Amino acid sequence: MNNETPRLATASQTVGPFFSFGLTTNTTLGRMAGPDTPGERIRLEIRVIDGAGAPVPDAVVELWHADPGGTFLFGRLGTDPAGACAFATVHPGQAAPDARDAAHVNLCLFMRGLLRHLYTRLYFAGDPSLETDAVLAAVPSDRRATLIARRAEAEPSTWRFDIHLQGDRETVYFDL
Amino acid sequence: MSAQSNRPVEGSQPPLIYPPYRSGALRSPTRPLIALTGNFSDFGAPVYGYRAIGEADADLTRQHAGEPLGERIIVSGRVVDEDDRPVRQTLVELWQANAAGRYRHAVDDHPAPLDPNFTGAGRTITDDDGRYRFVTIKPGAYPWRNHPNAWRPAHIHFSLFGESFLSRLVTQMYFPGDPLFAFDPMFQSVRDESARQRLVSQLDLALTEPEWALGYRFDIVLRGRNSTPFEARA
Repeated sequence: MNNETPRLATASQTVGPFFSFGLTTNTTLGRMAGPDTPGERIRLEIRVIDGAGAPVPDAVVELWHADPGGTFLFGRLGTDPAGACAFATVHPGQAAPDARDAAHVNLCLFMRGLLRHLYTRLYFAGDPSLETDAVLAAVPSDRRATLIARRAEAEPSTWRFDIHLQGDRETVYFDL
Repeated sequence: MSAQSNRPVEGSQPPLIYPPYRSGALRSPTRPLIALTGNFSDFGAPVYGYRAIGEADADLTRQHAGEPLGERIIVSGRVVDEDDRPVRQTLVELWQANAAGRYRHAVDDHPAPLDPNFTGAGRTITDDDGRYRFVTIKPGAYPWRNHPNAWRPAHIHFSLFGESFLSRLVTQMYFPGDPLFAFDPMFQSVRDESARQRLVSQLDLALTEPEWALGYRFDIVLRGRNSTPFEARA
């Protein structure tokens, strides 16, 4: 241990393939909204897809967002063999009625093959505030669609969000 | 010290693309990350699970009817941020292979025995000085298929939240003097020597309980609130 260097964050290392018995056994972390949570109940169906178009069956997906009252909600699930996981939560709403920023969910992504986690963000299609959102404005316009969840046709309370690690539809990741 | 702490140190974090670690080939993003200054979202840390933590959660040798096989050890340390402030009351989760180098996981097909008395997962909360302490079994090395005759040095996985979305950290703790370090692409992905050495725990006789278990110290530093993004440190 070198005590002369300034304090610097400990290096990240991959979550590896064998995390599930340690990190994702608690599937109640997929039910983010309690009976007293305000807001419109939604289901977020997330899929993680690798550079060959194959589902990633061993990713950890964390959701960090606020409910419409500003209370912080946290969810964490592992993906299944289809690369998917689904969270029951509430539509985050906007921080303030006049907010220019669009409703969103922050995501943190871990998996074998990633030496560091990835940060990304999910927005909701059709939200007029997408035009004025400061974070989206920092994203090249031709890549913004990678951050926008779509409503499932037959189930209006379900939103689908595909995370692509590589390729033409590679999701935008943030350096925070 | 805090004036220096925002300085990025190249190689103190692993890059997203590190070809010797082959699992990343189809999983590492290939386009530049979008740099954001200012608040992404100033969330505090999640507080889930605090009440549900029981005493055996921090003692991996007491989670079953009998005692696990292997070398009992104490793993303890202090969690601080880059401004040297203790990170209080934060969740620390760990998971690991057993003494034979086998994980209790369906996908682990290493032909080494499972131990019916060892799960290999624990969690605890740091105290008001940022300290945590686990009792566990020293994990074994195990083979993997990254390259011919590839073996992982013995390690324990750690997950921490800290105080915000930005301080999130998943890492691995290693043991001093492991001869496999030179051949391990995960360890070597951290190119700065001092950052790499900070992943290695230290034998600590002050943590050791005589006639019972050796103690290993593993201190962890989490990103501060306004510090340099990781990409500048890779």
